[in-house]
Amino acid sequence: MLMENRLRVLRAERGWSQQDLAERLEVSRQSVNAIETGKYDPSLPLAFRVAELFAMPIEDIFVSPSRRSSKAI
Amino acid sequence: MPWTPAAKRYNLRIIGLSLLYGAFLIPAVYAFKHHLLHGAAAWIAAILPALPIVGIFGAMGRYLVEERDEYVRMLLVRQSLWASGFALSLATVWGFLENFELVGHVDAYYITCVWFFGLGIGSIMNRVTIGAAVQC
Repeated sequence: MLMENRLRVLRAERGWSQQDLAERLEVSRQSVNAIETGKYDPSLPLAFRVAELFAMPIEDIFVSPSRRSSKAI
Repeated sequence: MPWTPAAKRYNLRIIGLSLLYGAFLIPAVYAFKHHLLHGAAAWIAAILPALPIVGIFGAMGRYLVEERDEYVRMLLVRQSLWASGFALSLATVWGFLENFELVGHVDAYYITCVWFFGLGIGSIMNRVTIGAAVQC
């Protein structure tokens, strides 16, 4: 089960394109797109880089799959 | 999408190894066709064209290690697994068919061609299943 995340919203709030975010994270635009669309879960080091870039805790950006399913119940 | 620095290095290595392959293969074919080589020299000339191909596998492994983009790395691993599964499956099926004399003999190195073809299948499967593929 892949994680949901708020990456697209956070990026849009700052007026960054996917390419802008990719350059800040030192990954490809393809990677940012895959994470935003929920096709790929980043590794823990990359998730930390995302969190540090947005100056937020990881759990405010990435939604735990278990928390999401418990909400559904 | 522009190539990553690791992908650029990989492509340069592949070009170099391909040129080396040609440089070893053409004289070897000529020499064997005209029966110019015997003994140890024949062995060396026969093995030399294989080494750049082995080098290509090494270059792919090195690319996997050097690529810093973890998503691109994952795509390449998936692609390679498709290629390996396809090539090994075909080799197994062909081996049994050949063993029971239902098909003719095929030189073993052709499995490398099948594996490279399998990379193409892996790329298509990446596009179909997750909508992306490695560009290099």
